[in-house]
Amino acid sequence: MTGEEKDRATVVDARGLRCPIPVIRLARQAQSLADGDRVTVWSTDPAAVYDVPAWARMRGHTIEESIDVDADDGPFQAITVRIGG
Amino acid sequence: MSLAEAPGATPQLRADLAPRVPRYRGWVVDPVASHASSPRPTPAAPSARVHLDAGGSARLHPLARQALDQALAEGWADPHRLHSESRRAAALLWGAREAVAGAVGARTEEVHFAPSHVAALHAGVRAVALGRRRTGTTVVTSAVERAAVLDAAAFVTARGPDGARHEIVGVDPLGRVDAAAFSRAIASPGVALAALQHSNGEVGTLQPLEAVHHAARAAGVPLLVDAGAALGHVEIPTSWDLLAADSADWGGPTGVGVLVVRRGVRSTADWPEDSGTWFPGGVAVPSAFAAAVALQACIEDRDSEDARRRALVDLVRTRVPQLVADVEVVGDPLDRLPHVATFSCLFVDGEALVSELDRAGFAVGSGSACTSSALEPSHVLAAMGVLTHGNVRIGVDRTTTLADVERFLATLPGAVARVRAMLGVESL
Repeated sequence: MTGEEKDRATVVDARGLRCPIPVIRLARQAQSLADGDRVTVWSTDPAAVYDVPAWARMRGHTIEESIDVDADDGPFQAITVRIGG
Repeated sequence: MSLAEAPGATPQLRADLAPRVPRYRGWVVDPVASHASSPRPTPAAPSARVHLDAGGSARLHPLARQALDQALAEGWADPHRLHSESRRAAALLWGAREAVAGAVGARTEEVHFAPSHVAALHAGVRAVALGRRRTGTTVVTSAVERAAVLDAAAFVTARGPDGARHEIVGVDPLGRVDAAAFSRAIASPGVALAALQHSNGEVGTLQPLEAVHHAARAAGVPLLVDAGAALGHVEIPTSWDLLAADSADWGGPTGVGVLVVRRGVRSTADWPEDSGTWFPGGVAVPSAFAAAVALQACIEDRDSEDARRRALVDLVRTRVPQLVADVEVVGDPLDRLPHVATFSCLFVDGEALVSELDRAGFAVGSGSACTSSALEPSHVLAAMGVLTHGNVRIGVDRTTTLADVERFLATLPGAVARVRAMLGVESL
């Protein structure tokens, strides 16, 4: 994936929110997206790194990447999901 | 029979106990007499609370309560002194060790009572790591061992020499380690100790113990098996070098752990010297005695209890996904413990669900992050790659009835729906 394509992913900022809220915010956003669209969730919740992939598996979406981001205002996990497989 | 009349309770008879188990069993638990007379717990009235969180904290077995009473009356003394009261306590303790040895296929002197299951696991890992430090410094464990094993492995390797490491072998989505991968890790050079649970207490999956022990034997590496969720519930194979277990899990008193160390396992005490070699200060004799009595009683009716509890667990595992949308039932469907059922509900806050069920009269466990003090999800669910939030863990014991489980199944859908409604996720 090129950087340009990556920029097109919708971002759900769920930093500071605890499970299961990050997954719920992500799922809510996913409802308005079409198959093939990408959405990235930013989370500081230690459960999100497990629960986002589990949700994606249960809903037939695909995890594209999961990266540690070291931002100025604190580290978080950025997980990008491709909707509909 | 009162313990004072028991053949083993007078000190001069201790030597007679040498060929022991059959004769001793007669008074540790007289299976026929005690069973016939022990009242089967009355099923809870429909309005009563239902405790479905027996993993690691089962209700006290009625025979354990009886044994505890008797042992408190007659075995209360310090077992290390020379007078008759003390010797009686020592005989009770020896009898308890003997009973556990009989249950796991060990020699009596290989059985040690610990003040807790955690202490048993810590001591096993620490003493073997220290005893074998010249042979190796790596500790191999599965990713789904109890925290006490993982923490002890991290502890001994962190303070070990350069190169000491804790090698963690992952599991498949059912929670099982790959026997070949685990065996390869054991066979690599410099391994001090390997630890693999008999079965996982959170999700019920059995581990490939025999194949792994075979590999450990071939590599000359001692295998510590945590049977904490299994002993008293299923037959434990003899594929281990150290075995740890938990009295509270099989219906004995709390505050009693077990560590069995096969003769020939190299170990060095990693703590100050004491007459209690493995567990300085020893344990409460009455509690250890009651734990052994409860264990024998559980083994006595294990087969009938097994079938009964498997039927309850199967009912939970089959019905929950039919009754509640977006549920993952986790753990191996067949090759599993008879009394544990675990599932996770999507978009559900585990803490809210446990509280909702508690209000409705049901005590259940959970591996969700929000239910733990550390706010970390269960490392077992995480290692399996299954949903960690909205997790419910059911542990049934001998008092759990079909009516209890049916009431739980009737209550669960409403409880999940209320939590989901609070979060506004019904349409997701």
